[in-house]
Amino acid sequence: MRSQFLKGVYQGLPIGLGYLSVSFGFGIMAVKAGLSVLAAVGISITNLTSAGQAAGVTVIAAAGSLIELVFTQLVINIRYSLMAISLTQKLDGSFNTLKRMTVAFGITDEVYAVAAANPEKLTPKYMYGLMSLPVLGWTLGTFLGAAAGEILPAAVSNAMGIMLYGMFIAIVVPPAKKSSKILFAVIITAVFSLIFYYFLPAVSSGFAIIISAVAASVITAVICPVKEEEE
Amino acid sequence: MSIVIYIAVMAGVTYLIRMLPFTLFRKEIRSPFIKSILFYLPYAVLTAMTVPAIFYSTGNVLTAAIGTAVALILAYFDLPLIAVALAAAASAFIAGIII
Repeated sequence: MRSQFLKGVYQGLPIGLGYLSVSFGFGIMAVKAGLSVLAAVGISITNLTSAGQAAGVTVIAAAGSLIELVFTQLVINIRYSLMAISLTQKLDGSFNTLKRMTVAFGITDEVYAVAAANPEKLTPKYMYGLMSLPVLGWTLGTFLGAAAGEILPAAVSNAMGIMLYGMFIAIVVPPAKKSSKILFAVIITAVFSLIFYYFLPAVSSGFAIIISAVAASVITAVICPVKEEEE
Repeated sequence: MSIVIYIAVMAGVTYLIRMLPFTLFRKEIRSPFIKSILFYLPYAVLTAMTVPAIFYSTGNVLTAAIGTAVALILAYFDLPLIAVALAAAASAFIAGIII
């Protein structure tokens, strides 16, 4: 059982290192948006999600409504529900409700991808191990970014502002390269998002992201429905 | 409004999104239409967040555009997330020094 935990820790190491530097960018972004270091770290340790946090900070910085915040998180993070459902098919028999409720906290894109690719059934110990370094890296990186963002020269912290977006590009481009349907969805979304940004600035950025993404996904689903084997 | 309320709401919604299906879900979604929408949604959301915000992420549109180009090229060749993110920042930084 102990080796299951260590196996998880080992597989979580690259994720944790990746999160360390990406959340550094989030920390800088959050402080730039006017949040305190404590608030930035508080968001990271309780949310553990890149895109949702970036959008959340945008809403908070604009003093947006809680409704807007809820809808933003719901739409951006709803993919975790799919990942969670997918992972339930692989859980071993020792997962009771409490263990499920604990492990659920750590379901991120990368943790999901590694766990889903694991050929064995998933044990609670393995999942705890897998989650541990990503949670640590994400929180620590946010702290360093938020604290050092004020110390670092502007040239460095400005350049690091692009890191989170660089990671988003790294998530989207490889599947878009392989699937013309995903590429289509990406292009329509970009067009919608540009229209909102330049022609409808009255719409807050949180809602602009939601509307652009949902509209583009629905349009793409109508034109190019996904067949079972493509998922 | 207090930052604590914002954070609590964000964290609560994000946790419930993960916890409820992970704890309660027992069967499979059947609707091909819903499945298709959910399949495209993450890529669409990431795109909507990135375009055009990435061009204003460094305080200089030109250095941001150079960082974006580097990220697109490296991502096209399937480099890991961390490598793409670091290279985008490094190239934006170097561009900022030269310009």
